[in-house]
Amino acid sequence: MGEEIKVIVFGLANEEYGIEVEKVRTIERMIPITRVPKTLAFVKGVINLRGVVIPIIDLRGRFGLPESEPTDSSRIIIVAVNDLEVGFIVDSANDVIDIDSDTIDSPPEVVGGIKAKYLRGVAKVGDDRLLIMLNLSEVLNKSEIIQLEQQEA
Amino acid sequence: MDMNAYLSMFIDESNDHLQSLNEHLLKLENAPDDISIVQVIFRSAHTLKGMSATMGFEDLASLTHEMENVLDLVRNHKLSMDQFIFDTLFKGLDALESMVQDVTGGGTGKADVTAIVSALQTIVKGDHLKQDAASAGMQSAAGDEGSMLDQFQSSILLQSIEAGMSVFHIVVTVREDCVLKAARAYMVFDFLEHNGEIVKSSPSSQEIEQEKFDRSFTVFTIANITEEELRKGIESVSEIESAAITQLDNESLLQLGASAAQGAPSAAASIAQETVGAAQAQVAAAAAPAMAPAPAASSPSAAASSGGGGSRTIRVDIERLDSLMNLFSELLIDRVRLEQLASEIRRNELTETVEHMSRVSSDLQNIVLKLRMVPVESVFNRFPRMVRDLAKSLDKKVDLVITGAETELDRTVIDEIGDPLVHLLRNSMDHGIESIADRIAAGKPETGTVHLRAYHSGNHVFIEVEEDGRGINAEKVKQIAIKNGIVDSESAKRLTDSEVNMLIFAAGFSTADKISDISGRGVGLDVVKTKIQSLGGHVSVESTQGRGTKFSIQLPLTLSIISAMLVKLGSEKYAIPLSSIVETAIVPREQIRKIHGNRMIDYRGSVIPLISLAQVLDCKSFLEEEEQETEIVVIRKGNKLGAITVDEFLGQSEIVLKTLGKYLTNIEAISGATILGDGQVALIIDPNALIK
Repeated sequence: MGEEIKVIVFGLANEEYGIEVEKVRTIERMIPITRVPKTLAFVKGVINLRGVVIPIIDLRGRFGLPESEPTDSSRIIIVAVNDLEVGFIVDSANDVIDIDSDTIDSPPEVVGGIKAKYLRGVAKVGDDRLLIMLNLSEVLNKSEIIQLEQQEA
Repeated sequence: MDMNAYLSMFIDESNDHLQSLNEHLLKLENAPDDISIVQVIFRSAHTLKGMSATMGFEDLASLTHEMENVLDLVRNHKLSMDQFIFDTLFKGLDALESMVQDVTGGGTGKADVTAIVSALQTIVKGDHLKQDAASAGMQSAAGDEGSMLDQFQSSILLQSIEAGMSVFHIVVTVREDCVLKAARAYMVFDFLEHNGEIVKSSPSSQEIEQEKFDRSFTVFTIANITEEELRKGIESVSEIESAAITQLDNESLLQLGASAAQGAPSAAASIAQETVGAAQAQVAAAAAPAMAPAPAASSPSAAASSGGGGSRTIRVDIERLDSLMNLFSELLIDRVRLEQLASEIRRNELTETVEHMSRVSSDLQNIVLKLRMVPVESVFNRFPRMVRDLAKSLDKKVDLVITGAETELDRTVIDEIGDPLVHLLRNSMDHGIESIADRIAAGKPETGTVHLRAYHSGNHVFIEVEEDGRGINAEKVKQIAIKNGIVDSESAKRLTDSEVNMLIFAAGFSTADKISDISGRGVGLDVVKTKIQSLGGHVSVESTQGRGTKFSIQLPLTLSIISAMLVKLGSEKYAIPLSSIVETAIVPREQIRKIHGNRMIDYRGSVIPLISLAQVLDCKSFLEEEEQETEIVVIRKGNKLGAITVDEFLGQSEIVLKTLGKYLTNIEAISGATILGDGQVALIIDPNALIK
């Protein structure tokens, strides 16, 4: 048996993803977002989270998935990694589970169209449930974003 | 023991000690014979050594140890300070500073200090100078061993007398029924220390503290008040019977030394008493009736002593203050909501409660803001040293006069203001103050003066750097500006003097090397201007040729709250800082002209560009083409004007500045965000980015 890790489970485009619970500050329902001009398309803007201004990223847009209108089950997951605080818009978030770190396999080459470097691995939960573990520091990697900006320009 | 837990404390305290070392070393340089300063320096160095050793920073500890060795010799009068020792000690301090900085930056605080250490060691060995003659002279003057005053104490007294200061020998006698002898003695000591300096007491101050004295004790003090004031002060301490005060001159000091050499300290006291003679009898008589007012008089002095014993402050992590600010601004938002609700519900009790809450919270707001205020002293402190070094390297004589160091500024401003001031001071000393020969030729005193002032005025803090140097040569500045293409020769003719002076802040002005050899200033002054502007302040310069130049910086009291104009673009709201707004207006469509495809308007006789905010910000919910009348905000960047078009004015408001976080940085035309009364985030426009 490896280490037990607590994971927040969220849904995005029919897949289930996981983030370690200690990286998650809070999960919020959709709140009004102020648009910030001259930013990348997946940066939806900023919100006021109890007095702190926090940028919001549409995770679908970040992964290059088709974006969709928020629904009642949409949530904003506020994560904090390397003193960056960012909110992710996800389709749903409603579960916290324990997984055994041994059950995380290294990511396959292509999963649901998302580049493998964003993924820490795939965890098998129960009999037929697969959980995609995110590599948050890559998702928030600024140098890659700068490259993206240059491509767009 | 986990050292990391103590690291931040170590860094804070080390910086304090380094600062104090720097300050006192500078003081000592002006009064090299003042052993009491050496004592302070020694104590600081000693503490620093101890702390460094405990924390395991061996290089720091060993360098401080060597410095301490030198200081030890000095304070024991085995070595007198000279320029070489000062320079070496300053070098040592610089090395210590960089080591502590390394530690602050997460390093190990290691550095190669062998050169400084060996220099310090040669000083200790006495290889570098001829100090024997000087100390021999003192010895003969001071009398023999076993004297009541030891050699260096009497030499201090002697020097003080020769320097025209008043030296007193005081025999203080407490009343027979005195209950707290040590406490009374302490109060006397405290009074004396506040009004001069105690050179020697008998019995020693420790013994007196432990009440190891009978009814009287003797003090030698260098006082900066008169004998009469001294007597009054001592006798206002309750339960003191008398104070026999003798002013000493050269002769009586020597006599004292000689008589004390015979043995009994009481003999010294009796000589003193003889000299005071009749006066003392009077005092004894006066002591009894003076009893009634005495307790009343003693209480303020006690209060003063408790207040003077170090400032009663605590260190607070700036992040905690920030989170306090955040929580507080949330409270403000809720307050606005409550006010709205109360006005809808219209129930008296509710309205009254909300109004009371509003008052309390605005008082709270003031306090929270004040918590972040820091005296500019922390920045100014490093300049005496810098000016000293710079004056040496430029071979000029310069006095730095600092006033208003207690003026307070927001912590965030304090952190940023240091570099611009360094530039201005360097500039003043390099280009402003003339060389010694030039000053004498101009009929000025050979020592130039640089004033560094800070003061409050309204909602702003002013910081000024003023020198009495040669002033700005407007003609030369104009020529250079024309040559560098900053202005054309036509418009140069129309410039006023103050506009010409401002040219030295222009970006291209400093870049050409040839400028440095004429009177033109400008090394990095454009950087100063940009920095000050980014802090929401502005800088100006006044100069009279031949008489000197004054730079003034005007800064807002705080950066966390600014006045702004809220505007609307369709469904979006934005804030424009009031500091860059000239005025607002509404212009009808037909007044907008097109020149080369750019929209312009007439504004008080000149044509200024019209900038569409909606276009700059890609705002799709506002289509200004449909507007018959356009709301404009005229903004200023330096001497350039521009007008930005908006949808609607929402009014002026005090807003709390927030950053957009580390993920979103350098967004064009946006300098931050704020939270409005309804809880929404509004972005703050950076007007400087709009005018190119």
